[in-house]
Amino acid sequence: MLKTRIIPVLYLMNGLIVRSEGFREFKVIGNPINQLTRLNDWLADELVYIDITRDGDYDLRRDDMKLKGAGDIVSILQQISKNAFMPLTFGGRIKSIEDVDSFIHNGADKVLINSQAYHQSGLVTEVAEKYGRQAMVVGIDVRREDNGHAMYVDQGCTRVSDDPLTYARQAEERGAGEIMLNSIDRDGSAEGYDTEIISAMADAVGIPVIACGGVGTFEHFRPGIDKGHASAVAAGNIFHFTENAYKRAKKQLHRRGYNVRYPYDI
Amino acid sequence: MIGVVSYGMGNIRSVCNALEHLGHEPLVASAPDDLDKVDRIILPGVGAFPAAMERLGTTGFADALNTQVRARGKPVLGICLGMQLLGEIGTEFGDCAGLGWIPGRVEIIPRGESNLRLPQIGWNELEVREGAQLFTNIEGDSSCYFVHSYQLLTTDPSDVVATVDYGGPVTAAVERDNIFGAQFHPEKSARVGLAVLDNFANI
Repeated sequence: MLKTRIIPVLYLMNGLIVRSEGFREFKVIGNPINQLTRLNDWLADELVYIDITRDGDYDLRRDDMKLKGAGDIVSILQQISKNAFMPLTFGGRIKSIEDVDSFIHNGADKVLINSQAYHQSGLVTEVAEKYGRQAMVVGIDVRREDNGHAMYVDQGCTRVSDDPLTYARQAEERGAGEIMLNSIDRDGSAEGYDTEIISAMADAVGIPVIACGGVGTFEHFRPGIDKGHASAVAAGNIFHFTENAYKRAKKQLHRRGYNVRYPYDI
Repeated sequence: MIGVVSYGMGNIRSVCNALEHLGHEPLVASAPDDLDKVDRIILPGVGAFPAAMERLGTTGFADALNTQVRARGKPVLGICLGMQLLGEIGTEFGDCAGLGWIPGRVEIIPRGESNLRLPQIGWNELEVREGAQLFTNIEGDSSCYFVHSYQLLTTDPSDVVATVDYGGPVTAAVERDNIFGAQFHPEKSARVGLAVLDNFANI
């Protein structure tokens, strides 16, 4: 039986791992290369790295963060892929097929494309045709509003009129192999997943949906699986701020009879 | 030395990284002649079956692989799409001839009544047949990482050495003489995957 994946999401800004809240507030957590040993200890099912550096803000030498960035995202990827023998998804700031080429050729198994998949829908098909649809993860950001859920692009800055479920089905038709659904209003909130939109989307498409946004306690993973029908449950902050969080989350799900891959040691 | 066939179908860096981590010496074979220098061969691959066969043909790798694997008997390990290419016929975008080393056809995984999600993406636990050479010395949870919609259905059931349950048994690994295949990604399957690669390197 296929296991439910538990996926740590790492947000990178200027070459550093950051904590994100509401897509607006960020706090530096550490250097991605220094954290590699820890990642191997986690024995994660998969890792997702998202570069959320804002346009025009890319400066690896900035010293106001006190920590030195680990370089541009491709050199970070090169170092990670040398040491982590698990599936790697890289995304954020992808504008063209050349950006995708450079991720795939440097060790990424999949790319996550969000805004550009919306602005240039042909890119999804181009990636799927070149690398197979399994390499193409389309990111969808939503925000809960009074009359349902609205979709946002450009790192949560631009509200668009598309219905998220219709858009998800279109993404599938264009060649998406997976969808990563993130709730902007739950991001960093520790209130749990928005299972309403997750289940609606998971039921609307025939490809796996990765749920993201809102996990604050280990108890929050189960609703994503049971109520949300998600194929994979992802989270960011909890894995950084709770000791041995990844293993503890897995063990707890395992104990309750969920079909997760047990975190054995290499 | 292990040759990793580089023919423009996906991420071969990860396979090389895993072999290096295990202390083996990968050689990125970017021309067919490079395969003369190696004693075993890994054929990776992601993407579509016909595109991959076309690339193997135009680069001259298809002929070279036939010589090295069939005539000279070098062990070969096909990974993911690379394993499917070992079959006789692919059916993605119409019928297309494969390398034909393992009798069988590559077919889409049946979605069945439960309307299974495809691709199968994620970790699934292997059901391994006793005596399989790729899986010696593997204990405990044998989960490996899969990403695929198609599977190799062999004519001879004894060629299948591992399956996973995805709406029914799905071919996960094959062995026939010096020809080996893994539908999962050993280079992405942590402890178990590294052991599979190490087993192949020591066959």
